[in-house]
Amino acid sequence: MAATERHIRRRTERPAAAPAKAPARPRAIVDFRGVSKRYSSGDIGLDEVSFAIQPGEFVFLVGASGSGKSTTMRLLIKESEATEGTITVAGRSLDEISRRRVPYYRRNLGVVFQDYKLLPNRTVYDNVAYALQVTGGSRREIREKVPDILRLTGLSLKLHSYPDELSGGEQQRVSVARAFVNHPPLLLADEPTGNLDPETSIGIMQLLYRINRTGTTVVVATHDVTMVDRMRRRVIELAEGRVVRDERVGGYSAREETTEDLGARLWGDVE
Amino acid sequence: MSFGFFFREAVRALKRNAVPSFAAVATVLVTVLILGVFIPMVQATTGAANEVRRKVIADVYLKSDAKQADVDRVKRIIETQAPHVGSVQFVSKQQALGAEREAGRGDYYDLLGSNPLPDTFRVTPDEPDNIGQVRDALAPRSPSGGRTVIDPAIDEVRNREEDTAKILSVTRVVKLTMALLAALLVIASLLLIANTIRLSLYARRREVEVMKLVGATDWFIRWPFVLEGVMVGVMGGVLAVLLLGVIKVAVVDPLAADFALIAAPDTMNFPLLIAILLLASVGVSALGSGLSLRRFLRV
Repeated sequence: MAATERHIRRRTERPAAAPAKAPARPRAIVDFRGVSKRYSSGDIGLDEVSFAIQPGEFVFLVGASGSGKSTTMRLLIKESEATEGTITVAGRSLDEISRRRVPYYRRNLGVVFQDYKLLPNRTVYDNVAYALQVTGGSRREIREKVPDILRLTGLSLKLHSYPDELSGGEQQRVSVARAFVNHPPLLLADEPTGNLDPETSIGIMQLLYRINRTGTTVVVATHDVTMVDRMRRRVIELAEGRVVRDERVGGYSAREETTEDLGARLWGDVE
Repeated sequence: MSFGFFFREAVRALKRNAVPSFAAVATVLVTVLILGVFIPMVQATTGAANEVRRKVIADVYLKSDAKQADVDRVKRIIETQAPHVGSVQFVSKQQALGAEREAGRGDYYDLLGSNPLPDTFRVTPDEPDNIGQVRDALAPRSPSGGRTVIDPAIDEVRNREEDTAKILSVTRVVKLTMALLAALLVIASLLLIANTIRLSLYARRREVEVMKLVGATDWFIRWPFVLEGVMVGVMGGVLAVLLLGVIKVAVVDPLAADFALIAAPDTMNFPLLIAILLLASVGVSALGSGLSLRRFLRV
């Protein structure tokens, strides 16, 4: 995949950003320290949550509805602010970012949502190009990067379609393409497969994995049990706003069952 | 690339949201049209009212034996001691008699053998409403209820009380009503345009939210909306002005020859009216778009 290779090359040319050759104590790209979030209604979104994610990791954030996954994501994109504790992203505390600087911070993130959040009035091409136009990208840059990323995401034939002419899986691919076109160091996905059938979900996960392989840190909030079990990546489980489990290589649940067995069982449930 | 990009974005938005855009243009068109008709009407009416009010004057009659020195002194007193004097016109005995003769009443005066008409100063106040103060200054009320005069040469100061009171109250009501109507109309237009813009923005608030999540700055999002507002304003305004032009040429101009009210001298000229209407329509819709967006930018 040309785009991926080019991206890898670009990353390895910049040694500081290369996660593979990270120093012995690598600096965490995401660092939560005693983070709490209380909503004005009195509900607790997060309660004293601490974890660190290293550059290049692929992390699943799992938990039931209301466990704090979405709150975590919202805090990370600075859509809301933590009540207590500090969140550090790429060495920068989110408290220090003023309201006016938030757009610039967000340009260093790729964000994928369950409901895709595409611009309905733009074609696939323009949707992806918008992420570059926002940063003041030149037309040449756009012409060079957008087709590349659309090829990577398998949308080459849908360039001029509008979002409402695409299937859910295709829309989510556009959303991933838009999130990744700036080659952000961190990609956040909030329930990226929440609206998709299992087959399509696999495609999206493969895409996220491929992006992860280029060195981008990927954090996926999900309750897609099958997917988590099959991917066998790091899993952070939240329950009622607390971290209840953090495994290097984990399944969706902490049961003593091989992931293959569980996967088979779950596939059986789904189909 | 900025301006070109924002411009293309605005055009794209107008095209892709044809129905709300059309609604906004139509709103601007209708309000500008109404204002364009109403503003000259208000002006003509107040102009006519002012014309009537200009007839409010105070007459200062001198004693019939007043000498030239008395006349000069009284003139100086009126000009220096009375407040709110707009202009003073002197009508001598002879001029007054001449006026009577012209009116065809010369014979009666010939019968009298002498000229009984006094020298008179016609004092026009700077504002018609100040007529009372002028009179009070020249002929202060005495404690006993009557009036004294401030100079022995003055016989009497009159301001044709009946007429004055009527003129003042009627024209005041007319002017107030017109001002009130104009204010209401302007407020209604502003609300109408602001609401139409708000509705079309509300339909696109998700779009704004997405833009913010991708890292667009507020002004990056706002400029296309402001430009869109400018275009809506220009389209609505130009259409309305064209219609107004047609109405003026086809209806008003032929009538102006026959009706004094329409030809009233105080109405502003057409190019100025057009310029004001266009500026207002563009300004209101651009500002409306930019400001209404603020609510949706809080993501």
